[in-house]
Amino acid sequence: MENLPLEGALTVTFIRSLLAHATIVGVDATAAEALPNVQVLTAADMDLGVFGPPPLPGVNPGMGRPLLAVDRVRFVGDIIAIVISDDRATGADAAELVHVDYDPLPAVVSTHDAAKDEVLLFPEAGTNVAARAGSPEHDEKLFDGCDVVVSGTLVSPRMAPCPLEPRSAAAELGPDGRITAWLSTQTPHQDRMVLAGTLGLDPAQLRVVAPDVGGGFGAKMLNVEEVLVVWLARRLGRPVRWTETRSESMVALPHGRAAHLEYTLGGTRDGKVLAYRLEVIQDCGGYAALGAFLPNLTGLMASGVYAIPRIEFESCSVVTNTTPISAFRGAGRPEASQAIERAIDTFAAELGMDPAEVRRRNFIPKDAFPHTTASHAVYDSGDYEGALELALRSVGYDELRDEQRHRREQAATTQLGIGISCYVEITNGISESEFGEVEITRDGGALLRTGSFSHGQGHETTFAMIVAERLGLPVEDVTVHKGDTDEIAKGTGTYGSKSTQIGGTAARLAADDVLELAKQLVADYLEASPADIVLDPAAGRLHVAGDPSVGISWADLASRASADERLAELKAEHEFKAEPSFPFGAHIAVVEVDTETGRVELRRLVAVDDAGTLVNPLIAEGQVHGGVATGVAQALYENFVYDEHGNPLTGTFVGYAFPSSADLPSWETVEMETPTPLNALGAKGIGESGTIGATPAVHNAVVDALTPFGVRNVDLPANGENVWRALQEAKA
Amino acid sequence: MIPAAFEYVRAGSVDEAVALLGRDEDAKLLAGGHSLIPTMRLRFSRPSLLVDIGRLDDLRYVTANRDRIAIGALTRHAELIRDPVLREHCAVIGEAAALIGDPQVRHRGTIGGSVAHGDPASDLGTILLTLDAELVARGPQGERTIPAAAFFTGPFHNALEHQEVLTEIRVPKAAGTYLKYVRRAPDWATVGVAAARVDGRVHIGLASMGPTPLRARSVEDAFADGASPADAAAHAADDTMPPADASASSEYRAHLAQVLVRRALENS
Amino acid sequence: MTRVALTVNGSRCEADVEPRQLLAYFLRDQLGLTGTNVGCDTTSCGTCTVLVDGESVKSCTVFAVQAEGCEVTTVEGLAQGDELHPVQQAFHEQHALQCGYCTPGFVMATISLLNENPNPSEVEIRDGLEGNLCRCTGYHNIVKAVQAAARAGA
Repeated sequence: MENLPLEGALTVTFIRSLLAHATIVGVDATAAEALPNVQVLTAADMDLGVFGPPPLPGVNPGMGRPLLAVDRVRFVGDIIAIVISDDRATGADAAELVHVDYDPLPAVVSTHDAAKDEVLLFPEAGTNVAARAGSPEHDEKLFDGCDVVVSGTLVSPRMAPCPLEPRSAAAELGPDGRITAWLSTQTPHQDRMVLAGTLGLDPAQLRVVAPDVGGGFGAKMLNVEEVLVVWLARRLGRPVRWTETRSESMVALPHGRAAHLEYTLGGTRDGKVLAYRLEVIQDCGGYAALGAFLPNLTGLMASGVYAIPRIEFESCSVVTNTTPISAFRGAGRPEASQAIERAIDTFAAELGMDPAEVRRRNFIPKDAFPHTTASHAVYDSGDYEGALELALRSVGYDELRDEQRHRREQAATTQLGIGISCYVEITNGISESEFGEVEITRDGGALLRTGSFSHGQGHETTFAMIVAERLGLPVEDVTVHKGDTDEIAKGTGTYGSKSTQIGGTAARLAADDVLELAKQLVADYLEASPADIVLDPAAGRLHVAGDPSVGISWADLASRASADERLAELKAEHEFKAEPSFPFGAHIAVVEVDTETGRVELRRLVAVDDAGTLVNPLIAEGQVHGGVATGVAQALYENFVYDEHGNPLTGTFVGYAFPSSADLPSWETVEMETPTPLNALGAKGIGESGTIGATPAVHNAVVDALTPFGVRNVDLPANGENVWRALQEAKA
Repeated sequence: MIPAAFEYVRAGSVDEAVALLGRDEDAKLLAGGHSLIPTMRLRFSRPSLLVDIGRLDDLRYVTANRDRIAIGALTRHAELIRDPVLREHCAVIGEAAALIGDPQVRHRGTIGGSVAHGDPASDLGTILLTLDAELVARGPQGERTIPAAAFFTGPFHNALEHQEVLTEIRVPKAAGTYLKYVRRAPDWATVGVAAARVDGRVHIGLASMGPTPLRARSVEDAFADGASPADAAAHAADDTMPPADASASSEYRAHLAQVLVRRALENS
Repeated sequence: MTRVALTVNGSRCEADVEPRQLLAYFLRDQLGLTGTNVGCDTTSCGTCTVLVDGESVKSCTVFAVQAEGCEVTTVEGLAQGDELHPVQQAFHEQHALQCGYCTPGFVMATISLLNENPNPSEVEIRDGLEGNLCRCTGYHNIVKAVQAAARAGA
């Protein structure tokens, strides 16, 4: 993105709050503006309103974020002023010279403190609660009939998404008065609409282009920085550009997770689960953004892969003086999976039953789909027991249990832990539609314009394969265009693992429409009935049924149609909308735990992931690899932390424990395909499965290793210190 | 991020570097730059003049005489790792160098720069302290030798005068061990423990357990008096001030020091 | 401004730079070699890895003036015409990249690793690439690509 040549562009540098909670008394930019061509803007120069929160049900609309902090800052990283300069170095020099006069306020760092409502981030709201979901009513009889009831508290550590490309944005006002914005984003079309709404523009006045984007993971959606860059281009009448530094990105790019989970699970002595309650306290950070809403997805997925007759869910999202929380790979579902999978293991431990066996006794059977859970999700298709059995066989479960027994008998310093996680997750979670348009090009190839976006997912390949297969073209002859709102009529972008199932299906249906149009044209040329024209997919020819010699290749058809000025007839668009789909799988982790230092080493991770029919298994497997790495990172390494004043302690890649290749093993992935009936491809989403499945598997494995020491839980990340603490507590 | 502006001069010799440092009280030496430049990028450090000694190749060597090894201050970590003299006579230095940062850092970072930077988590600093190394510095008044025990004066501070250039490090031939606990591979030590047998006595050094690399004298004394590794190691956190930060609390560092010291003693 | 003369991808170049100009930005902004990315400000992520006199170096932690007289190789200097360098070819074939932002750094780090150790074990590969971070691939296919490149004698 930063490679974009933009002649004469000014550089934007944001002045960000160094305090977590304070009122702004004044900003003195005199010294900064004494540098050559430096200009400093503050909220007083702005004529814009508040950004967000997104119009999501239940989210307090009064906790949105001003584009520049007005009077008050609410987290370290909140934007106070903007430096405009000719180049990056001058911007950095000037930023140091801007003096901000703060009047510090007490910082609210934990959700526990926020919930007390003693210090309010938005005094006018009268509370720190940004959203509630589920039911505050408790059924006194929920656990009636249960022989055994277990409960526990879990932490879903706050994570920094860390796409390797930091955000970048540039904008230019054209001579026609239209603005072009180049954004490092996952959602160009949605960004255009939100930009237009925030800036008070007609969307037609805006073109959003998303060039090659270096990873997003849910975090790269329109935020205040991009709005400010576009606003500046308009106000200054000069092209402007901004690229975030990593230290800036660590506090300014929204974080993910940051939830406290409390579970209670009850069942019979023979291992049948009867009732489950899950309570979530979600940290929203300084402003109510998407994070305030994510517990709704946690609640929806509370039941996991199990047939649980009674479920209660309740959540409360509160604002704190920390970086705002938004979507990050998994977005609300890892929490659901973490809670139910830990609950099942705790239940199994209480019963003295093998955790695999307890799972078998509670799975939703494979002939019970579609299945509606007590937490109100309608699962499309699944074979949960099949996934677990495959994973158990692949890992060699019985042999591992033998090895574990041996080490326990030897009282070895390094103990072995085996952890199972059976997960189901929701993709295309809010039943969206996606746009695809296919046209035959002059050379007889096909061009797909998709409203979906790819920032590393390889849709350019997967979607080309889909179109090529329908039209009988070599995959190299299909070109995929994306990410330019002027070229692609509409789109929703990429998040929530929805691209192939809706964007890919839209591409397929548009290709099918083009094929029908081609048959009509061929019928004209061959003086036959369109109904008699068939495609020979192997040869890439359309011919009369029963007589392959009477036909025409795509290349010949295109050149003839082109000469006849009829090529435009070979173009079709399609919008495809679908209900959510529910990928699932089983992960088994094998860890070694040094019971003296607490250090955990992940030895193996077997991942069975079923995302329906796979269009491109190589790319799908790559998604699993990356997803699993992120899930393991959450289980063992990463945690974004603040001190009691709200100062970030992990604001660089030195402090934040993003694992390297040396910290992770190779993954053992096992494919399984149970098609969904919801789309013609049979495909579900695969982008987040690995993350959702891996964290509880590793977590369960660590606790499993320590069971002989009386350890019932280890807080995540299960790093050496947290394991050591759990061992100390168990001893006490 | 971009460092604040500075002046840059490449020194052609140690004496020239000494003279250049005299020009500006905010001048700093630049060797491999892998300790200094990151702090300059975050603007934690803003020297007005950088005197680049990175090209003084005559300070890149490892030689041995009968009982001592001399290491040129600009010898890079990657060179320490593969140096045959160190492998034979003081392997712990190369073994510890292999645990510093990552390959790119080890290609550029130097032993002198790393030690002079004075990070309390410095792996090599801890080892030099454990080995009772001598550090040779040249300044306007000529050369002097500083014992490692007197070199580390505080966090990111050392005994070098402003105009002094660290030129050579001298260590005894010794067998040793370095155990480094990290959260993830490329990290600084959460706790590092060095053990070496010097003149018949076991020395123990600690990284990241106080404001500078430290010696665990009470462990050494107890072990010399015949205590078992476990009993001696119980003293590992005595007289330390383990920091609390994002990678570990003080208590956990103290615990780690005890475990690692015991393991190091068992290896000695 | 300080005059600096060096060889980049086999071509000699001279330029006036501010001493604080980092080699990474010199390559990107002054020479237009934008294959070298910058992903952090703490010498951690390795996206800016280039070869200096044949060894991998993080170009965000070297001032351009320090590269005086050196031979610098960036990802742009690897392919021979349309023919990818064997390490690039292996990354392509093993699907070792997704978003691609970290890839030039990984490719350069791999070349340096294989120069020093032509037949690394999996552990040696993982340790040898510890200075480069990737968020997309979970490193799995990157390791496979390095193994494939080693087999191909890269």
